[in-house]
Amino acid sequence: MDLNMSLPSHSQGADAWQRVLLARHAQRPYFLDYIRDICTDFCELHGDRRFADDEALVGGMAVFRGRQVMVIGQQRGRDLKERMRRNFGQAKPEGYRKALRLMRLAEKFQRPIFSFIDTQGAYPGIDAEERGQAEALAVNLREMARLRVPVLAVIIGEGGSGGALAIGVANRVLMLENSIYSVITPEGCASIMWRDPEKKQAAAEALRLTAPELLRLGLIDEVIPEPEGGAHLHPEQMAATLAEALERNLELFTAFSKMELYQHRVKRYRNAGNFFAH
Amino acid sequence: MTWFHKNTPPLAPTQEDEKRVRTEGLWTKCEACRNIIWKKDLEENLNVCPRCGAHFRIAARQRLQWLLDPGEWRELDADLASNDPLEFTDTKPYRERLRAAQAATGMKDALLSVVGTLGGQPVVCCTMEYGFIGGSMGCVVGEKITRAAEYALKNRVPLIVISASGGARMMEGAVSLMQMGKVAAQLALLDDAGIPYISVLTDPTTGGVTASYAMLGDLNLAEPGALIGFAGPRVIEQTIRQKLPDGFQRSEFLLEHGMLDAIVPRKQMREYLIRALAFCQPQPAAPA
Repeated sequence: MDLNMSLPSHSQGADAWQRVLLARHAQRPYFLDYIRDICTDFCELHGDRRFADDEALVGGMAVFRGRQVMVIGQQRGRDLKERMRRNFGQAKPEGYRKALRLMRLAEKFQRPIFSFIDTQGAYPGIDAEERGQAEALAVNLREMARLRVPVLAVIIGEGGSGGALAIGVANRVLMLENSIYSVITPEGCASIMWRDPEKKQAAAEALRLTAPELLRLGLIDEVIPEPEGGAHLHPEQMAATLAEALERNLELFTAFSKMELYQHRVKRYRNAGNFFAH
Repeated sequence: MTWFHKNTPPLAPTQEDEKRVRTEGLWTKCEACRNIIWKKDLEENLNVCPRCGAHFRIAARQRLQWLLDPGEWRELDADLASNDPLEFTDTKPYRERLRAAQAATGMKDALLSVVGTLGGQPVVCCTMEYGFIGGSMGCVVGEKITRAAEYALKNRVPLIVISASGGARMMEGAVSLMQMGKVAAQLALLDDAGIPYISVLTDPTTGGVTASYAMLGDLNLAEPGALIGFAGPRVIEQTIRQKLPDGFQRSEFLLEHGMLDAIVPRKQMREYLIRALAFCQPQPAAPA
């Protein structure tokens, strides 16, 4: 991949595939980069208390603009060694169960939750299946729905299918301008629908996986603009814009009771994606 | 000039379709035991191989006829259809695929939702139709299950969902994905209210369906030998570049790994559900 590729911000002509490349850019800021830039006193919490600590999905306590918050997110590695250790940001059941444990901890102490999504998807492998990947994802969807604290999700890179949604059932779902959110990777879609992985560009277009398209479909709540050329060119500026958006969105829920937060989340999903022929 | 004359005129050519004895469609082969089975025997045996007990797939409507009490059913939301929110086209337009599936199955989408009774107990039962674009879940499937859950909540009756699905419907992209969250959120409300929800997994149940409502039952039951998993076997093989062990992701494998309450053969499913619902009774509404 060309590391110097860039894309003019807000350009209407930027096609879906270019955004896919930007979302996966090797120099794009990752979850822990943002935490370093927008939070203080980050204190990582490990393990699902059942099997292992999954380094693909990281979480912990942090202070965001003077408030205690719980942050969770997928973490890709920057170099090959770290990528292997973090399984390329593809979490296993223990990762999702850890995330749920931390979210419940946040709920107990009435701390808001920020979820940073950046994964190609939940890990598809023998061990993950044996330990119930599907069950882990499913339980997260249901249990996130009923959390009685504000939950904000932001897709910072790749929002890959069930593995993204399993930490993404939130009161507000934000997307960075050049991030993507999809039910399947363009490559996967191309191999299945076109029987040709080289049709990935057409698949990216057809899947409507860009932030502006998803906003238009009413599936996300806000697109956060990226600096000229993409987040990787001005990471500090990106972090500042993101922090502002998180604070502004968190403000929306100050007057909500615990039950109202739950009801708001159920209603948000109840109304999402209703497209029926009459 | 020939020596002999034919005294009778040659037989009139027979019609092409009369020449063959028509056997196609009468017999089928069981892929498990490799025996040839008379189709009628198979159907009389609830589409279970009479020789080896392998469970064949069955159409949603047929399944409900065998499962629920005979008598009146009321179908819910039968006319709900997708309007192709993405205007998706691959090698052919999604709208065409929808029309073809609708013509082939007589259904508007991949889920049949009915109100009926089971052992005299009123239930709302959703059954997925694998013959409709691989039983994939798009906005219609998500909405119909959501409405069925709302019906169960309002009328305080158990919800049963019988899955047979390859997962989320690609042609509806992230719209399909959101259905996972939508149904799961409704199931949270159902759970809060003490309304039973039983999930029955049949061959195959994979992807976004397994990773949402199919694994969220108060009871998770499966038919024998069903393929059940998150990632499909082909995807896993491509990721790890190894052949998968025999029996991987089959019902028996899931039971062994603690993901199912029970494996129930199709012939016993009705009695099993009646037994289960005797224990899992809707709880009275909490005083306001």
